[in-house]
Amino acid sequence: MSNAENTASEVRDVIIVGSGPAGYTAAVYTARANLKPLMLAGSVTAGGELMNTTDVENYPGFPDGIMGPDLMENFEKQAARFGTEIQFEDVTDLDLEGDIKTVTIGTGETFRARSVILSTGSAYRELGLPNEKRLSGHGVSWCATCDGFFFKDQDIAVIGGGDSAMEEALFLTKFAKSVTVVHRRDTLRASKIMADRAQAHEKISFVWNTGVEDVIGQDKVTGLRLKNLLDGSETELAVTGVFVAIGNDPRTDLVKGKLELTADGTIAVEGRTSRTTIKGVFAAGDVIDPTYRQAITASGSGCVAALDVEHYLADFHA
Amino acid sequence: MSNAKDVTDASFGADVLASEKPVIVDFWAEWCGPCRKLGPILDEISVEYSEKVDVVKVNVDDNPAIAAQYGITSIPAVYLFQGGEVKGSVIGARPKQFFEKEFADVLS
Repeated sequence: MSNAENTASEVRDVIIVGSGPAGYTAAVYTARANLKPLMLAGSVTAGGELMNTTDVENYPGFPDGIMGPDLMENFEKQAARFGTEIQFEDVTDLDLEGDIKTVTIGTGETFRARSVILSTGSAYRELGLPNEKRLSGHGVSWCATCDGFFFKDQDIAVIGGGDSAMEEALFLTKFAKSVTVVHRRDTLRASKIMADRAQAHEKISFVWNTGVEDVIGQDKVTGLRLKNLLDGSETELAVTGVFVAIGNDPRTDLVKGKLELTADGTIAVEGRTSRTTIKGVFAAGDVIDPTYRQAITASGSGCVAALDVEHYLADFHA
Repeated sequence: MSNAKDVTDASFGADVLASEKPVIVDFWAEWCGPCRKLGPILDEISVEYSEKVDVVKVNVDDNPAIAAQYGITSIPAVYLFQGGEVKGSVIGARPKQFFEKEFADVLS
């Protein structure tokens, strides 16, 4: 059966958009409820944020830790085992009004379903400096595991003070001569264990209360212009690499103007449920969570969405 | 992983710079997760546009000279070469349609 015929004939119970811990957990639950979920996993973003991490030490059930990509492969296998149909396609449009929702993918094909779970996660936040974009790929990076290799024996900077920033800084010590962490505040937001590890590392030093004014360099990064946020003084830091880890923004491009968003930019849901402002449309994971944003909280949120969908469909069919 | 032809520091001149056809070069490494996602997408482009463009890959781990020459510090990095010159570049793993738009001059 071609996809075109597929489109015309079939109305599915549920389509899941996104394939991080929230999406896969929703898939496991809805598949086990025999709802035959279709997951649109994304062509290059499949597996979500954990695909770019190394050791995951705080996901329960793995006493020795597990590599991010291995954890996501396990998720995928578990979802597939119960009959989740996984397609590595990118969703480009959503028609969410009415009882039957239509989801369009990059090839122009469409799929229809009675319910949709949105678990599109979040995307790296940028500093928002003109030279940051221009020098991206030439010294400015968002992925230490991808790009650390290029900075052997060089002086580099990590921007940010959270867990991701500490993880990047620690990973980068394998390659770099020195790693300078530049942070806007005078304390780290990172968990104690990560902060302690970073602060104890001989290659890592910290510049506190400091923002990045500009990235300096013609064809490649040669330094950063920094501004002390307490006294306004400016200094230059000579580095050849800059890793930006200042947080993430929810990926809501597909639903802007369609679903209500919160002041934080996440998809608005009702209380502790996954119900959005449109009936039959549910959201889970980082895209609804401005606060916790852990693999395990995303997973739990995916489970909530799956159970909400089950409940919704039971009423729908009644 | 991509089925594209492997190009090395030594063969880059002949395979890419001297090519009569435009060449899409995928700079990648084994340990780069997003690179693995991108391989199959470039394979599709290679098959679909085989008359218009060659798609090759450079393992930056084994061939650091070429990557350094073009100032590459992020992978995956996909460069379009035509007549020995860089005509476009895409940093990071992107969907197929993104490359079709970005490299429209040779792919359409």
